[in-house]
Amino acid sequence: MPDIYLDNNATTKVDSVVVDAMIPFFTEQFGNPSSIHRFADGVAKAIKKARSQVQELIGAEHDSEIIFTSCGTESDSTAILSAIKAQPNRKEIITTAVEHPAILNLVDNLEKEGYTIHRMPVDKCGRLNLDAYKNLLSDQVAIVSVMWANNETGTIFPVVEMAEMANAAGVMFHTDAVQAVGKIPMMLQDTKIDMLSISGHKLHAPKGIGVLYLRRGTRYRPLLRGGHQERGRRAGTENTASIVGLGKACELAIEHMEYENVQVKAMRDRLEQGIVEAIPHSFITGDLNNRLPNTTDIAFEYIEGEAILMLLNKAGIAASSGSACTSGSLEPSHVMRAMDIPYTAAHGTIRFSFSRYNSMSDVDEVLKVMPSIVATLRKLSPYWDSINNEPVADPEQAFQPSYA
Amino acid sequence: MWDYSDKVKDHFFNPKNAGAVEGANAIGEVGSISCGDALRLTLKVNEDSEVIEDAGFQTFGCGSAIASSSVLTEIIKGLTLDDALKVTNQDIAAELDGLPPEKMHCSVMGREALQAAVANYRGEEWKDDHEEGALVCKCFAIDAVMIEEMVWANKLRTVEDVTNFTKAGGGCAACHEDIEAILEKVMKERGETFDPSAAPIEKVEAKAEKKPLTNLQRIKKIEEVIMSFRPQLMADGGDVELVEVIGNTAYVNMTGACSGCQMSSMTIAGIQQRLMEVMAEFIKVVPASQMPTSELVNIKEVGHA
Repeated sequence: MPDIYLDNNATTKVDSVVVDAMIPFFTEQFGNPSSIHRFADGVAKAIKKARSQVQELIGAEHDSEIIFTSCGTESDSTAILSAIKAQPNRKEIITTAVEHPAILNLVDNLEKEGYTIHRMPVDKCGRLNLDAYKNLLSDQVAIVSVMWANNETGTIFPVVEMAEMANAAGVMFHTDAVQAVGKIPMMLQDTKIDMLSISGHKLHAPKGIGVLYLRRGTRYRPLLRGGHQERGRRAGTENTASIVGLGKACELAIEHMEYENVQVKAMRDRLEQGIVEAIPHSFITGDLNNRLPNTTDIAFEYIEGEAILMLLNKAGIAASSGSACTSGSLEPSHVMRAMDIPYTAAHGTIRFSFSRYNSMSDVDEVLKVMPSIVATLRKLSPYWDSINNEPVADPEQAFQPSYA
Repeated sequence: MWDYSDKVKDHFFNPKNAGAVEGANAIGEVGSISCGDALRLTLKVNEDSEVIEDAGFQTFGCGSAIASSSVLTEIIKGLTLDDALKVTNQDIAAELDGLPPEKMHCSVMGREALQAAVANYRGEEWKDDHEEGALVCKCFAIDAVMIEEMVWANKLRTVEDVTNFTKAGGGCAACHEDIEAILEKVMKERGETFDPSAAPIEKVEAKAEKKPLTNLQRIKKIEEVIMSFRPQLMADGGDVELVEVIGNTAYVNMTGACSGCQMSSMTIAGIQQRLMEVMAEFIKVVPASQMPTSELVNIKEVGHA
């Protein structure tokens, strides 16, 4: 059975070069970087190097703008909570309806505490309306937080432009860039982005390491106070091995940036074109002209995503779904709902996300099994006419079960 | 992903009785496309014997929804309609060697499809007033709607009350924040304020009546309590009657919209709670369909003696 991993937006394999770079920091170089003895010497230097590697990948002006955290979620929380703490008179937050739960659940909670949350809607292709955004910007807004690229569809938001607009209105701008960093080039020193979140495990570094980019001069309040680590902006003894690993992963991401945007993109394009050509009533979601090179999210109408994943898994293929049933909730993914994808399709969306470890033969394998998986499940579906092999006429009318 | 049993996987990968039965004379359709689960059950029922001769399913849903549908058709083939109606969602889940708590609703959907199909065969209207909310307590699979209803119905004020009435929050306790949020919301609607340090509702013993009752008085009193639930149930198109009291078990008939719906078990829990408060003793309320027939025989024999 093949062993094909197409779930790289969930997490990635740690590059073996990264692992090799990390190992000495568990063993001989175990010192605390804050110590002054020789056990610490190499460690502090290694962290400094990692900081400059991250700096280079995102094009930050200064290496002191890089704050190491424990994960993307911590970076997101730090950014938003810092902004509201530093500007207590500003009681509004602007974000989008399609953010990751790391943002959405945080702002839901802030709403309970009295903040006004503007969750910008998206159109059917997952795009924002920048005129509406402009109207929301005011001196009441503490921070704008908009993801650089969507984790489900790969749709890229115009964060550089939006940061300019926020800056012109005197509003802080944060972007959750965990899906974008390492997949598309960026040069933060040429932007007005104030804060940006990175998650190591999305770019072949280990889990449990993240970064908050904090533009020099941005008013800031730490989430964790304590020791002087990270210049007092994130207390807690450094996760040295993972920091070194993330630095290495950033260096590798720069090396592979072109491969990601040419070869990886070609695999993605061939997969999605092959699927929509071979399988009727399937379509790609999101802003097709403006996406991450590695991501495709395809809706298979009249069947349910978890069932598709189970059959894919049996065929040795790992992907993920926006279906309700993979999360234990009842509603399908909030991203699909925000794009107004009909329920009969939203529950059947499958995300395939590639990395540089994939190959064209993976694509061929998926294309080989996908049509029969979809056909098998459609045969079971009350919305499908198995005899004529097409959806039943007027499906939503033909089958209207009572609520359960 | 989910920790599915081998039986769930087997029924998913090799579903039994998939597709619509030809010449079906009983059709049940339940589910909700917004929730991503919908099931059409088609049965061929022998009109003389009422035996289910063939059953088929069409399901839009996840692995466990398809497995629950498949195993349901296997369970009910060959049963009479009356026997088939005794199949509970727990029976379906048990036949699959269990389902994850988040997936128990798949088995409920199977049972409801069966009830809907039987109602369709008998020319009755099947109504399901159960609304399912987001899962709050993962240990005991209790959803937000259930907790909210219980908080309303019993004027609950603390997390401990909610745990006592619904079991929610009685396991790992991770959902206590969510339960507090529900309490805050409902109490605000009642014009009260949630106080995390408030004392839970008094224990049952406190309301005990002192004088021991005669058997007849006791049964009359039980009936009185049950009757007090009727207006509320009738408003929803249902009804309840006391059928028998054996020991500390009261057997009741739920009729109309109440019978078989998910809410009936909640209603029964509510009646039981009130009975225990009023009677100051442990009383179990059980649907009359579960009444042991041997007991009835014994009573008759005693009557003749």
